[in-house]
Amino acid sequence: MKSNSSNKKMGLSTILTIASLIGIVVLLYMIDQHGFLGSYWTRVLRLSGVYAISALSMNLVNGFTGQFSLGHAGFMAIGAYVTSLLIIPTPNKAIQYYVTPVLDFVGKMHAPFWLALILGGLLAAIAAFFIGFPVLRLKGDYLAIATLGFSEIIRIFITNLIPITNGPMGLKNIPASANIWWTTGICTLTVVFMLRLMDTSYGRAIKAIRDDETAAEAMGISLFRHKMMAFMMGAFFAGVSGGLIASVVGTINPGFFRFTLAYEILLIVVLGGLGSITGSVVGAFVLTISREWLRFLDNGFSILGIIKVPPIAGMRMLFFSVLLMIVILYSRRGLFGSNEFTWAGLFAFPGKWKNKAANLFDSAKQKAGRKK
Amino acid sequence: MVQWPTLYMFLQSMANAISIGSLYALVAIGYTMVYGILRLINFAHGDIFMMSMYFAFYLVAAFALPWYISFPLAILATGIMGIIVERSAYRPLRDAPRISLLISSIGVSYLFQNFAVVVFSGIQKQFPQVPFLQEMVVIGKVRIQVLTFVMPVVTAVFVAALLFLVNKTKVGMAMRASSKDFETSRLMGIDVNRIISVTFAVGSMLAALGAIMWGLKYPKIDPYVGSMPGLKCFIAAVIGGIGNINGAVVGAMLLGFIEIMIVLFLPALSAYKDAFAFVALIAILLFRPTGLLGEKKADKV
Amino acid sequence: MSVLEMREATMRFGGVIAVESLNLEVNLGEIVAIIGPNGAGKTTAFNMITGVYAPTSGLILFDRDGSKEMQTITGMRPDLITKLGVARTFQNIKLFQEMTVLDNVLISSHIGVKSDVFSAIFGLPHYLKEEKAMRERSMELLDKVDLADEAAELATSLPYGKQRKLEIARALATKPRLLLLDEPAAGMNPTETQELTDFVYKIRDEFDLTILLIEHHMQIVMDISDRIYVLDFGKLIAQGVPEEIKNNERVIDAYLGVADD
Repeated sequence: MKSNSSNKKMGLSTILTIASLIGIVVLLYMIDQHGFLGSYWTRVLRLSGVYAISALSMNLVNGFTGQFSLGHAGFMAIGAYVTSLLIIPTPNKAIQYYVTPVLDFVGKMHAPFWLALILGGLLAAIAAFFIGFPVLRLKGDYLAIATLGFSEIIRIFITNLIPITNGPMGLKNIPASANIWWTTGICTLTVVFMLRLMDTSYGRAIKAIRDDETAAEAMGISLFRHKMMAFMMGAFFAGVSGGLIASVVGTINPGFFRFTLAYEILLIVVLGGLGSITGSVVGAFVLTISREWLRFLDNGFSILGIIKVPPIAGMRMLFFSVLLMIVILYSRRGLFGSNEFTWAGLFAFPGKWKNKAANLFDSAKQKAGRKK
Repeated sequence: MVQWPTLYMFLQSMANAISIGSLYALVAIGYTMVYGILRLINFAHGDIFMMSMYFAFYLVAAFALPWYISFPLAILATGIMGIIVERSAYRPLRDAPRISLLISSIGVSYLFQNFAVVVFSGIQKQFPQVPFLQEMVVIGKVRIQVLTFVMPVVTAVFVAALLFLVNKTKVGMAMRASSKDFETSRLMGIDVNRIISVTFAVGSMLAALGAIMWGLKYPKIDPYVGSMPGLKCFIAAVIGGIGNINGAVVGAMLLGFIEIMIVLFLPALSAYKDAFAFVALIAILLFRPTGLLGEKKADKV
Repeated sequence: MSVLEMREATMRFGGVIAVESLNLEVNLGEIVAIIGPNGAGKTTAFNMITGVYAPTSGLILFDRDGSKEMQTITGMRPDLITKLGVARTFQNIKLFQEMTVLDNVLISSHIGVKSDVFSAIFGLPHYLKEEKAMRERSMELLDKVDLADEAAELATSLPYGKQRKLEIARALATKPRLLLLDEPAAGMNPTETQELTDFVYKIRDEFDLTILLIEHHMQIVMDISDRIYVLDFGKLIAQGVPEEIKNNERVIDAYLGVADD
């Protein structure tokens, strides 16, 4: 009987999942074909999808494997440059490198967008392989600082390898191939990949490493191999997200990939919940959309037409940093903790909140009682 | 590729290396003290450094105070700020996993940078200068700024004072006890929270002193000015052996020396100057993770 | 016939000698106990055998069948030693806290997984077959330690005694020949302690094991062990069958005199 009802539930949630996927596809079609949202908000949605991929890739390493890496900006930079150099048309490249001429091979190379993204991801993964050899032996904050160091080294190289990267001037006119289908599609693929990975023996192994390295190793799990696997996969997706960002934004330069970019991705991951796939995706959309929506903070606004607040540049970023600190200090597990969205969870949601509220109420009463 | 400098260029660089090294030392000490007591890499330390530069700037520019009043005031203000940061961002997480503390310090760093953009604006400002420090001393063919001589002297004086504080006073003893073992110190009647506050105040004030001298040497300030020096000084602390004040000084001097000498002997690599520190960090973590002066400890399984 | 041998194994931390020139031998099918007061170096010896610490000097040899030439495992990586057939439990229970009881046991089957990670992610048939076999075996193991009903619960929600049993099940899933138990009775209630002796015999026979254990509970040690080694301040002060140890004066002075039981 028990298995029967759980089967029924499985069937229901499968139907709901398929229905919402169809819903998303219809929505994307409307956005793409009918300009349903206007190009500005469409671009915001594209960026959200891309940041979701970046956040997932960081979560794989930091949240699921428990290895605190801050090197993501470097991997994103590699992906962004490789992809851009492969999709910018040859004549356009020649124009952009007007100070130092472009290296012959780099100037001529070209690839379709999908291949460029994969190559960008692969190159980032290869870089991760070489970086991982020395740094994955380190733990905790030492790992954080070493990966951050490598990310800066990557950026310094990009700044100085002018015949390849055009140096500090960066690259412009990157074709906007990454439309909403691309960003949402690859984001979905990444989510599926992560969900599948966590459901395999390899996924269990990396979670075991997160929970207790000594015990995991004593159970025969090679720490280095599995950390390296997660690190390279993370770098691959970071590289792909970098390539997508380049195509959405249209212009990149080394300054874009400072380690503060890694902080911003970390903000998404922490807000969503370290170790939650759902959290990273929701976090990315919530943060990216509200960051645009809060633009009025930077541009100045008036409250009820009476109090006029002058425009202050950077106000919304300050708002976000305060928000981040509140999450870090008061809700350490973020929106989702290490849990995932399930339909059953969604339906149980109102009840759960009622319980929570009731508990709060009870404990408040108890406190009041004690005071008397 | 190697270029042989003339003797006077070499001497000039030596003087530079010593003064840069002593600057690094002041900031590195802050990292090492906080790590010693909380086992935390305080990612916000570089931004405390940045904030103190702005304090000094506004005290001179807005309040028109002379430098010998405004600089000490800026140092004091930075010390207070260090205490506030510890109380609001680190103390609530005292019993949380260490990684939460690390994330919190990254959050504080991010907050300070964005705060600085809003309050001080992202436009570069010029750090106030003290004329007599900029004068040149000429010894034969070698021309060296007065500041270059002043920096190591100031550092030496303050490091000596710090070592006195740590090794010879009651507060210092409590600091050393707390960094060995939190719980036991607490049981012995040491007010660990107060000791941590003192540590943050002292560390931040030394960073402010370093920041002011940094500003005198490299007068441009913007909200991100603390990031690179912050990272480098952390690296210096690791090279010397984190948690060890003498180590921080040794590591800082060594890092300053390496940076200046590589640029002197291999000018082709000078564009990659900022990368050396990270290469040194990774090398030291791999071959001698406890640093030059650190001791080996066993992990309890 | 020996499965494990420690020859003059020494472990030094800075100036402290945790274990000094320890010689120890465990034969095929035996149950051997290491006893001694707190801080005597028992767990350090375990950590040397399992590769957590590389001995400062000395040799550690292992042979899973107790027949062929012994092979040195001195300073080998812990996961490789586990693959050779040595499994352990921990004194301060080290279960994977955010995982279910079943997942805790499944982890230990990861050693045997032959499919690569991409076959696993894409759910190729040869991986699915492995996954199914892993689950069946893990459930069987849980059944044998009476934890099958709790398979879907979080490991940390179990009472202490059951957590100890789960740790043993998890160690067994690595298919060991030599099992190291670090204070299996600690935290168990009197009934569970009573049952522990039978349980250890049961798993030894069923899984063809050789067992080395650390235990403070003297009743269990005397009942269960074929031979006993006594450590004090990192040094071996006595060895022999339980009767000999009971009557050894040095042991009584150093240990039994101050023990609770």
